[in-house]
Amino acid sequence: MLVSIYRYNPEQDEKPVMQNIDVDVPADRDLMVLDVLELAKARDPSIAYRRSCREGVCGSDGMNINGVNGLACITPISKAAGPGRKLVLRPLPGLPVIRDLVVDLSGFYRQFEKVKPYLINDAPPPAIERLQSPEDREKLDGLYECILCACCSTACPSFWWNPDKFIGPAGLLQAYRFLADSRDTASAARLAALDDPFSVFRCRGIMNCVAVCPKGLNPTRAIGHIRSMLLQQGT
Amino acid sequence: MSGFRTISFDAIIVGGGGAGMRAALQLAQSGFRTAVLSKVFPTRSHTVSAQGGITCAIGSADPEDDWRWHMYDTVKGSDYIGDQDAIEYMCMEGPQTVYELEHMGLPFSRTASGRIYQRPFGGQSKNYGKGGQAARTCAAADRTGHALLHALYQGNLKNDTVFLNEWYVVDLVKNQDGAVIGVTAINIEDGEACFVQAAATVLATGGAGRIYASTTNALINTGDGVGMCLRAGFPAQDMEMWQFHPTGIHGAGTLVTEGCRGEGGYLINKDGERFMERYAPNAKDLAGRDVVARSMVLEVLEGRGCGEHGDHVMLKLDHLGADVLNSKLPGILELSRTFAQVDPVKEPIPVVPTCHYMMGGIPTNIHGQALTRDSAGSDELVPGLFAAGEAACVSVHGANRLGGNSLLDLVVFGRAAGKHIEELLQQGMQHRNAASADIELAMARLRRLDESSEGEGVAALRSELQDIMQLHFGVFRTGEFMREGVEKLSALGQRIENAYLADKSKAFNTARIEALELENLFAVAAATATAAEGRTESRGAHARDDFRDRDDDNWLCHSLYFPAEKKIGKREVNFKPNIVDTFEPRERTY
Amino acid sequence: MVTNATSLGRSGLFDWLVQRFSALVLLAYAICILGSLALTPDLEYESWRAQFDMPAMRIFSLIALLSLCAHAWVGIWTVTTDYLNEAQLGRAGTLIRLLAQTVCALLTLIYLFWGIRIFWGG
Repeated sequence: MLVSIYRYNPEQDEKPVMQNIDVDVPADRDLMVLDVLELAKARDPSIAYRRSCREGVCGSDGMNINGVNGLACITPISKAAGPGRKLVLRPLPGLPVIRDLVVDLSGFYRQFEKVKPYLINDAPPPAIERLQSPEDREKLDGLYECILCACCSTACPSFWWNPDKFIGPAGLLQAYRFLADSRDTASAARLAALDDPFSVFRCRGIMNCVAVCPKGLNPTRAIGHIRSMLLQQGT
Repeated sequence: MSGFRTISFDAIIVGGGGAGMRAALQLAQSGFRTAVLSKVFPTRSHTVSAQGGITCAIGSADPEDDWRWHMYDTVKGSDYIGDQDAIEYMCMEGPQTVYELEHMGLPFSRTASGRIYQRPFGGQSKNYGKGGQAARTCAAADRTGHALLHALYQGNLKNDTVFLNEWYVVDLVKNQDGAVIGVTAINIEDGEACFVQAAATVLATGGAGRIYASTTNALINTGDGVGMCLRAGFPAQDMEMWQFHPTGIHGAGTLVTEGCRGEGGYLINKDGERFMERYAPNAKDLAGRDVVARSMVLEVLEGRGCGEHGDHVMLKLDHLGADVLNSKLPGILELSRTFAQVDPVKEPIPVVPTCHYMMGGIPTNIHGQALTRDSAGSDELVPGLFAAGEAACVSVHGANRLGGNSLLDLVVFGRAAGKHIEELLQQGMQHRNAASADIELAMARLRRLDESSEGEGVAALRSELQDIMQLHFGVFRTGEFMREGVEKLSALGQRIENAYLADKSKAFNTARIEALELENLFAVAAATATAAEGRTESRGAHARDDFRDRDDDNWLCHSLYFPAEKKIGKREVNFKPNIVDTFEPRERTY
Repeated sequence: MVTNATSLGRSGLFDWLVQRFSALVLLAYAICILGSLALTPDLEYESWRAQFDMPAMRIFSLIALLSLCAHAWVGIWTVTTDYLNEAQLGRAGTLIRLLAQTVCALLTLIYLFWGIRIFWGG
């Protein structure tokens, strides 16, 4: 199988190039993109990419696969490229490239940290757990599962344009995860911090985030919920 | 210090998984200068893959539940070589530790009354084995590890912990007195090598499942902490004890939680028979993991395996119904569809026992302080060195870990180590001085790679290592075959010492990291092989065809592997819990 | 740095509301105009002019005009802060944006006063 990989080593290359590598893939089973990368790396160990759990839960290997952001470890090559077609691997778009498929995620993490992604409840905790009804807990489904792979934010044009001021879909999903938590008592302060023209309101409902999320989450809906909460608080 | 930058902290934690981040949180809250060095961004650590839950007696599913019952199960599960003082501490502290996680925001699933949802897991009983199956594993759907790791990361963000993310720790730095005074580390992003100095160094580097060809472990689980200790000359304990999880997805190795069987799923052979009823009439599919894994292998060996090659069995879940599966096991549905191309709502999942957990590791006391042997053969603390989590061997798991006890181990002993270091720092524990020779010694390994001009590539050597371990040190072991494995390993070891690093660039050079990891994998594999060959009995996960019975007269003890002599010795198991009476060894049946 | 100084409102929510509310006004105005066109098939200048001289229509036209300008300004401000910033254009980004915004703001104001003159100028 022909694999085209974005190569850039800052110590050697002035400009990035696409390198074509022919990788022998077993015909009897469908590999994941990460398996193909590992085969390519066995031949050329200088290819750099992040990977860890290889089962789609750690969020390390987000990359641009044939034009679509996704996790290499759970994207089958049959789905990514199709029979006879070239597999094209590039780093996640819109972020500085450190080397090859490795991007600098510090800006992405900064936006995540901005939403104070932790439970705030200043009441002294009880001797046991804080009680929460199954209905209230259900509100966190579709939110807490985020793995911070950055596929969504780096697919979002608004995040490309204002990466320093638009929180981006991943951060906003987490912002809503805490707004929706019945145990959190800081809603008012959280909303006040989001009420500028950039943090939330740069979302244009393009929904690239929804299309690429490898966990099937829906950041656009969460952003809609935040907007409704802002509206309720503002009126 | 000949060109190396020195960075200084009160305490450093190597590893950003559950144990490391729990220790870091404790220290960050105490205000001491603490840093977590992690080779991956913390939420990429392998704790994230834990599925089923965290076991402890919070009395939600059953108000009568008692931590002593949990302790009994754990001692029995360990096949009686778990240290009873440590197990007692873990089971007793467990509930408080879990409540703390909940207060931190961990989104546990809930019962109708609003309490934490608990599900049945293997090896759990009420009333010291006499009251039937217990439900003691606290769960956040089947993503408990993910929820726990993210909650801990969030807690650390809230407390302004310093993270050195994507820093790879290469080796421990010891001074002339044998005290650990810090580590050498590489900033992966730019390749800079530094000396990171600390009064306390905590190894929370997780397991080393990647010594086997087929494992549920992440690619990063290369036993770095144990490797560092062995290179520094410290012993490792119970390294022959590797848990093979009954349900790894056939072909992919991906884990399918024991929670599946806890929720009512069961294993079937090619005749559709629920075969665990024959091997464990009472607990059936919820017997200890070692028991279930061995039964599965026996089914396959006796010709009742499934599939074209008859090399696996099936995990049946469809009878539970789509609603239960969607609400309790959503992650399993996802993984099965992706990696086994089956929909568990309609058809069973093909599974095989797969290397899952390292019960052994760096011997520590319940405060996380690393132990070695003095010349007289008694325990001695290693000044400055601590370990917690899978990298450590406290030992609460003995010869076989119970499901749901690993997450508990991480947070209980991560917290205990943090608390103890906090006390020591308050009492004035100081940095110990480093001579430049000490640091040079620790940097030698890096230099060798950078000067390598020929030799074999890392990937090929690594897969050879994994194949040897898989073949010679799997679920069933025999003496002669293991000795063959030991010889193969020793030949391979010399080739690994001469491994070649072609790419010597600095920026994000993952080839260099993988070359360094390979040496850790080898160190762990060599310890495992020697210890497995040395323990002439069957106990827990260590099952020998040539010594089929447990031998309490000779082996009711830990093994200690000494790297310098490449030999094993014995260490006493603790049978003196502080509050409850000793659980005396008995025959272990489910 | 893109600052919020040139934003119309005090907050993102305010801008967002202005955008939606002004859009509704413009929709209503468009329906009103189109409706009156449809109801008077033989429209001539005098009757067309008379319609716009009615006080109610004058006020409605003024509101629509204000809505148009507000709507345009929020939109222009958003688009310029997306595309004309330092991330896209380098260091000159802020200067270029401020220039573009000044031109757009002037044009908008000119249209506003010109419109008021047309509707209210007698």
